[in-house]
Amino acid sequence: MTKVTIKVNGKPVTAEVEGRTLLVEFLREKSRNTGTHVGCDTSQCGACVVHVNGNAVKSCTMFAIEADGAEVRTVEGMQNADGSLSALQAAFQEHHGLQCGFCTPGMIMSASDLLKNNPKPTEAEIRHHLEGNICRCTGYHNIVKAIMAASGQDVSNIAAE
Amino acid sequence: MYAFDVTRPKTVAEAVEALGAEEAQALGGGQTLIPTLKQRLASPSVLVSLASIDEIKGVCADGDTLTIGGGTTHATVAQEAAATYPALAALAANIGDPAVRNRGTIGGSLANNDPSACYPSAALASNATIVTNTREIAADDYFQGLFTTALEPGEIITGVKFPVPQAANYQKFVQPASRFSLVGVFVAKYADGVRVAVTGASEGGVFRWTEAEAALSADFSPAALDGLTASADGLINDLHGDAEYRAHLIKVMTKRAVAAAN
Ligand SMILES: Cc1cc2nc3c(=O)[nH]c(=O)nc-3n(C[C@H](O)[C@H](O)[C@H](O)COP(=O)(O)OP(=O)(O)OC[C@H]3O[C@@H](n4cnc5c(N)ncnc54)[C@H](O)[C@@H]3O)c2cc1C
Ligand code: FES
Ligand code: FES
Repeated sequence: MTKVTIKVNGKPVTAEVEGRTLLVEFLREKSRNTGTHVGCDTSQCGACVVHVNGNAVKSCTMFAIEADGAEVRTVEGMQNADGSLSALQAAFQEHHGLQCGFCTPGMIMSASDLLKNNPKPTEAEIRHHLEGNICRCTGYHNIVKAIMAASGQDVSNIAAE
Repeated sequence: MYAFDVTRPKTVAEAVEALGAEEAQALGGGQTLIPTLKQRLASPSVLVSLASIDEIKGVCADGDTLTIGGGTTHATVAQEAAATYPALAALAANIGDPAVRNRGTIGGSLANNDPSACYPSAALASNATIVTNTREIAADDYFQGLFTTALEPGEIITGVKFPVPQAANYQKFVQPASRFSLVGVFVAKYADGVRVAVTGASEGGVFRWTEAEAALSADFSPAALDGLTASADGLINDLHGDAEYRAHLIKVMTKRAVAAAN
């Protein structure tokens, strides 16, 4: 066992882990951030996406030891300072960007990763950026719409098909 | 996964020493190796993470050569190679998805030599040199078939040197479920001729389409390929596409790459 310390949403969390302990296991079982989901465990679905030192990664495909000393942000760290929903989260709610909600934490983390570098993405850019995030419910359309709305773009003529 | 230890050396020398241990294996971005470990298809006793070794990271242009550290992520190549070698940067920008690109490395991709991976086609078409902790290997000697390379056990890819071409392009016909290439073709034009490397298609891994190279070296235009047909012999036959279909795609993608490079 190895002792690692990871700063999760600004708070240092220290725990003993095995070499094979995945970052997502650390987040869910040690720091109890169960907003980060495991959909596939095979690096395909993106439900486990978190930010490690500011970069989006699949936390099911990284070892906790590799994140020792890193800053990790999960969906629990995405709300505004006063606890209200961030603009991106509110847009998902407003535009029906989720149904069962299982994929949503990963969608939020990937979308915020996109908006950080590209504040006004086109629809095509959004779809390309979400290639590694799978949703079984929404058909993606309202997710794309929510992200466009969160970036301040007019979505009144983007109709759900 | 079976149990193993993970070490995080800071230098190539420390990593090489750690890889000398029995059943030790290098860990790049883990985007191929971690899924493999989960399937229990590998059982190392210790994983030597290369991610903390700064000396094998980064992109550096020097005259006609672009050198990329073996531990450089696809995302970094997509950004930092864009000015010098745009076709290579575009290839990196379309590997998998953003999260895969933030972790996966060029060294890991070339060491793995998946028959459908993107980077092997760029390395072979550019006649790149694979630099390891012990030697330099020409791409023509490096790729030795399905998941097989010239690397010795414990050898680390520290860098890849790409001669920068006059014109180049990569065309990838995406297998939509995996986002790997069903067929990918990298075309690169140099002063002394054109090279064409095909990935995704062959049971033997990446290969050069030499007939197309000869035709394109004489006339670098899509029409130069009109009379040619890629052979379906030894091509992959699976539920995503049979060998004849892949052979057809090779020509289509080569033409598109030439058109885009011009
Ligand atoms: C969802 C998904 C989609 C993908 N899509 C594509 C795609 O479209 N195109 C594509 O080309 N690839 C794709 N990949 C694979 C991805 O590019 C991997 O990052 C890459 O193949 C392996 O690189 P890595 O750094 O993650 O290596 P790892 O997974 O860490 O290692 C792979 C192998 O290489 C060895 N190794 C690692 N680094 C070195 C080194 N520096 N020197 C020597 N040996 C080393 C390891 O021991 C291991 O055997 C995809 C992966 C995923 C999960
Ligand atoms: S759980 Fe990590 S990608 Fe699906
Ligand atoms: S809302 Fe159910 S998987 Fe996306």
